[in-house]
Amino acid sequence: MGEVIVVTSGKGGVGKTTTSANVGTGLAKLDKKVVLIDTDIGLRNLDVVMGLENRIVYNLVDVVEGNCRIKQALIKDKRYPTLYLLPSAQTRDKTSVTPEQMKKLTEQLKEEFDYIILDCPAGIEQGFKNAIAGADRALVVTTPEVSAVRDADRIIGLLEANEMKQTHLIINRLRMDMVKRGDMMSAEDVVEILAVDLIGVVPDDENIVVSTNQGEPLVGNDTLAGKAYMNICRRILGEEVPYLDLNGKKSLFKRIFG
Amino acid sequence: MSFADFFKKKSTSGQDAKNRLKFVLVSDRSNCSPEIMEQIKNDIINVLSKYVEIDLAGLDIKITQTESEGGGGTVPALFANIPIKDLKHGKAIKQ
Repeated sequence: MGEVIVVTSGKGGVGKTTTSANVGTGLAKLDKKVVLIDTDIGLRNLDVVMGLENRIVYNLVDVVEGNCRIKQALIKDKRYPTLYLLPSAQTRDKTSVTPEQMKKLTEQLKEEFDYIILDCPAGIEQGFKNAIAGADRALVVTTPEVSAVRDADRIIGLLEANEMKQTHLIINRLRMDMVKRGDMMSAEDVVEILAVDLIGVVPDDENIVVSTNQGEPLVGNDTLAGKAYMNICRRILGEEVPYLDLNGKKSLFKRIFG
Repeated sequence: MSFADFFKKKSTSGQDAKNRLKFVLVSDRSNCSPEIMEQIKNDIINVLSKYVEIDLAGLDIKITQTESEGGGGTVPALFANIPIKDLKHGKAIKQ
């Protein structure tokens, strides 16, 4: 029986889709059977980040409305044989799907997949409600900025109100140089404010832009972000993984981040 | 800028962000605006001042989330730390 994980944030542009793509791909790299679902109806993006935009025939709304079988809509990843994508519909809106329908869909997918990763739209309206309906665990993505952290706090409150079983925090786009000179909140600061369990810190890394340009998630490669995402995947599997040293060089004062 | 200010450690923008967030999240979480909080605070001060002398500088009143005693998630709670300077008002009433 698989686990359903929703990747959410409240605020837009903090890296939900990038996180979904990398966590999904990373878990597939670790030999898990994974399906990524883009629940951002009307603003489809996970397909381009995954480099699968040319293979779409059916989408999430087609599945929910019964225009096709689930299997017909699943796109097999070109690199990893155990990875699939269920794309979102581009010409419809969030009201095309209900939380009940999403719950039913994820229940069905749980039978066959180890992990079902839901890329949640920004906001706290219908799209968010759809995405969290069937989820067993939430990954809340934030950046170390006041706007993103405030929205993350609101999302964490809503997840609690909806009795989410597990909520973990991912701090994205951390810049150690700025933290060191005091011009950015540290990972510890953000964790202290939000009072939620941390599962990973991803450094701000140009390689993310490059990987998105190419439609190939960088999880597991030799970049700092690639390593940070792989560590998140291992922690999702329950492994104890030490945090990375994000300074990029070995120092005597090994500051533990990652 | 005075000579002393020059050596005083300026707070960093990261620290500012943290402090501002802590403040705004209290009112976000309690669904209670800073104005209402201010009114509650003033009313509490007024009532208590009838009986005791309060240390206004050390006063801390906020709405937080706390574990519900009966179990079953968190509930909002009013947290107040009100240092008392002098109880002489209280004594006066007892007499």
